[in-house]
Amino acid sequence: MLSKKEKDLIKEIWERLTPVAAEIGADALLRMFASYPGTKTYFSHVDISPNSSHLLSHGKKIVLAIAEGAQDISQLTVTLAPLQTLHAYQLRVDPRNFKLLSHSMLVSLACYLGDEFTPVAHAAMDKYLSAFAAVLAEKYR
Amino acid sequence: MVVWTDFERTTIKDIFSKIDYAVVGQAAFSRCLIVYPWTQRYFGGFGNLYNAAAITSNPRVASHGKVIMEALEKAVKDMDNIKATYAELSALHSEKLQVDPDNFMLLGDCLTIVVASQLRKNFTAEVHAAFQKFLAVVVSSLRRQYY
Repeated sequence: MLSKKEKDLIKEIWERLTPVAAEIGADALLRMFASYPGTKTYFSHVDISPNSSHLLSHGKKIVLAIAEGAQDISQLTVTLAPLQTLHAYQLRVDPRNFKLLSHSMLVSLACYLGDEFTPVAHAAMDKYLSAFAAVLAEKYR
Repeated sequence: MVVWTDFERTTIKDIFSKIDYAVVGQAAFSRCLIVYPWTQRYFGGFGNLYNAAAITSNPRVASHGKVIMEALEKAVKDMDNIKATYAELSALHSEKLQVDPDNFMLLGDCLTIVVASQLRKNFTAEVHAAFQKFLAVVVSSLRRQYY
């Protein structure tokens, strides 16, 4: 469960990161591909090398979606409805991979924010990303 | 048999030579207790773990964090024998401490994040992947004696 304080903290962090969405998103994806090579299988049709335009645009898309959800966490199911359908019926990414990207995203945040990524912020962010992933997988079955 | 590339060997030894065990150990272990509060179940005797502030200032948490880092160093010093290095610790965690092995990676993830927040731009995707692999081998070795 996310407290009001945690929701405000999460919203504030993602608002701050929106201007560097492409950088953060691409970094998280790269980390995921390097640490968990199986995740690359979902991108065999595109160029995911460092600094490729696809990596940056895809990273940006992901971070902006996460930031949008953070604006009103209580409405996640509504906000994510189109993405739920996309992931369930078209992309069909095994939801176990959501955890891998979430962890990679947390590491990206740690690198970017340094000491500012306190244990309390980390806990809140981990909870939010878990909730995000759970909602994203809701239409799978 | 774990096969380590030269890059991985160098990277792991380099990371461990750069970090302060007391600082990183305390940060990682306290972070684990804060972010994954159910892990506190194994530390009933550690005193006040009531909230993040209490955990962060708890001296037993700090000293145990250092113990963990010193134990990890054993694996760094002999990367080709991690399984053997942790045989005893694995049995200890299984039989005496009765820790659910799924918890090992929770601590591993927190350690990764602490190291990342220290090394920042130097914790590249490749360095990060090497660190993840090292932790995966450590965790696997710690799981070995469970039955």
